[in-house]
Amino acid sequence: MLSYTIRRLLLLIPVFLVVSIVIFLIIHLVPGDPIDNLVRVGSTPEQKAEITARYGLDRPLVEQYLIWLSQLAQGDLGTAIVMRRPVADLIAQNLPYSLTLGGLALLFSTVLGIAAGVIAAMNKEGRIDRTVMTGVLFGSTMPSFWLGLILILVFAVQLRWFPVSGARSWESLVLPVLTIGLGGMALVARVTRIAMLETAGKDFVLLLHAKGLPARRIQLRHVLRHALLPVVTILGLRIGWVLGGAVTVEYVFARPGLGMLLIKALSQHDYPVVQACLLMLAMAVMLGTLLGDLIQAAMDPRVRSALT
Amino acid sequence: MALLDVQDLSIDIGGIKPLDSIGFAVDKGETLGIVGESGSGKSLTALSIMGLLPLIGGRVERGSIRFDGMELTRLPEPDYRRLRGRRIAFITQNPMTSLDPVIRVGEQIDQVARLHLGLSGSAARRHSIEIMERLRIPEAATTYHNYPHQLSGGMKQRIVIAMALAANPDLIIADEPTTALDVTIQAQIVQILGELVREKGVALILITHDMGVVAQACDRVVVLYAGRVAESNTVSAIFASPRHPYTQALIGCIPRNAMERGSLVGIPGLVPSVARYPAGCRFHPRCTRSESLCEREVPVLERLASGAEIACHVADKHEAAHA
Ligand SMILES: Nc1ncnc2c1ncn2[C@@H]1O[C@H](COP(=O)(O)OP(=O)(O)OP(=O)(O)O)[C@@H](O)[C@H]1O
Ligand SMILES: [Mg+2]
Repeated sequence: MLSYTIRRLLLLIPVFLVVSIVIFLIIHLVPGDPIDNLVRVGSTPEQKAEITARYGLDRPLVEQYLIWLSQLAQGDLGTAIVMRRPVADLIAQNLPYSLTLGGLALLFSTVLGIAAGVIAAMNKEGRIDRTVMTGVLFGSTMPSFWLGLILILVFAVQLRWFPVSGARSWESLVLPVLTIGLGGMALVARVTRIAMLETAGKDFVLLLHAKGLPARRIQLRHVLRHALLPVVTILGLRIGWVLGGAVTVEYVFARPGLGMLLIKALSQHDYPVVQACLLMLAMAVMLGTLLGDLIQAAMDPRVRSALT
Repeated sequence: MALLDVQDLSIDIGGIKPLDSIGFAVDKGETLGIVGESGSGKSLTALSIMGLLPLIGGRVERGSIRFDGMELTRLPEPDYRRLRGRRIAFITQNPMTSLDPVIRVGEQIDQVARLHLGLSGSAARRHSIEIMERLRIPEAATTYHNYPHQLSGGMKQRIVIAMALAANPDLIIADEPTTALDVTIQAQIVQILGELVREKGVALILITHDMGVVAQACDRVVVLYAGRVAESNTVSAIFASPRHPYTQALIGCIPRNAMERGSLVGIPGLVPSVARYPAGCRFHPRCTRSESLCEREVPVLERLASGAEIACHVADKHEAAHA
């Protein structure tokens, strides 16, 4: 298991390189230029060229990439061209907001999603099952920015329970967490329910009943445990998605965070910042998937023995 | 009164009636064989006795299942649950899929002793290892810690049998315990089950489609066809003088080792599916001796003086001829 973990981590290096090349190319091949945002109207082409040279933007792309990569290897994310601050500072300032929001949303969707799925599965085809699954269907089809706007309208504008926007207090977290978490909860609930119903039909479950174990115990200790295997995979994939998917939600709620930083940097063509933000999101996706796989291996001896 | 007495049992699964008036009895120290081709209703008979039909959306529609004086068809679920695994044990059809793949096999045996005998952790473990040794599982203490996927099919089946034995049941229902295994292992498993009956006096219901296994291990046999009893008799009598044309065909084609499992090539045609049971005797389309009566009238199960039972319009029912 340990050697597998190490192997998987090493495997991330080539993936990381490919991702970094893709990110770099996308940004530099898209039309637009950060210098336009820097130079004052009416400056001469000479002044513009001088600034371009100062940031190394006049060199060949390959060279620019290698410089960026070698700095990256030393932990240096560069300096923002338009925002004029070390990119690392900008990230450090914004990342905690995104992590809090993403982490809480993920926790919300995991705990409540699994609970809803279990309750639905244990009342299969009954009234409770139908009610829960209708709610889930509703939650999973609604786009998150729209859900966010509705929540703002109801709970912030009408009822005034929570602030409309910002990130000053814990109350300001409630609506964004709900906005991201409800969709995730719906997904997790659906997967949990289906996986439980599928597992319940397996031979070994019949034998557990034949051994005289109480039905509830079979559902919670045996069936649920199997049902969680696909859920873990989905959650692992969602870790990256939640950080990235928070982009629109941060925008709707005007919260600081990686998403807001990315949008701002994009509109200003601030290459180093955009690159760093995209890299962070890509890393989150990669680490999330890895984490999902590791947890799954820890939960399933068959996966473990396939690894060695 | 026999330990288990099933009479006139009919079941219903969502409007489908796969079992029609099944009856048989089995006593302590006795082995009853239930034979029949694939789809004849053997597993459903087992599920009915275990009280597990609700799991597949079914229920007992008519008839009685008496076990040690209790009427199981009216037993409340909590009482039924205390019976399962404790007094009536079940060995499922496919050992490959019968164990929880993410739990160590030893712990799966422990569960039974913990639940029904109230043994605690280490006592339950000793108990399980002891049973594993009795079933001649090599290096039982090591195997105890294995996961199912690390064991061979024969070993897995022994684990399932160990679970069945853990609480010293009075009745064991073994649903084709050997079909998924290769021939040498089959013989060992049948032998192990036979020893249990002789030494512990348990009642054994051995479900199989292999007349060879019946001849080797059973005292009495019930022949099922398409959800009904075709014939039932002692094993020696049924091999000496099978009366029902279906039984005769079954015995005429005792499967050889190389035969595909579940198939009995000696009888042309297939068991009809539940939805397409023919009127009259359900065997008549495949029967070589069927008459027009067989197509119209359901043959009733007749009980002969010797205790033999047969449901057939054309079979010879004169006892003296065979006495
Ligand atoms: N859950 C179910 N719902 C509806 N029909 C069922 C169900 N389970 C079994 N049947 C039908 O009932 C009939 C008897 O099934 P059963 O499993 O008892 O056969 P079997 O004799 O055990 O066969 P095999 O030798 O293949 O195990 C079959 O025709 C089958 O299709
Ligand atoms: Mg069967």
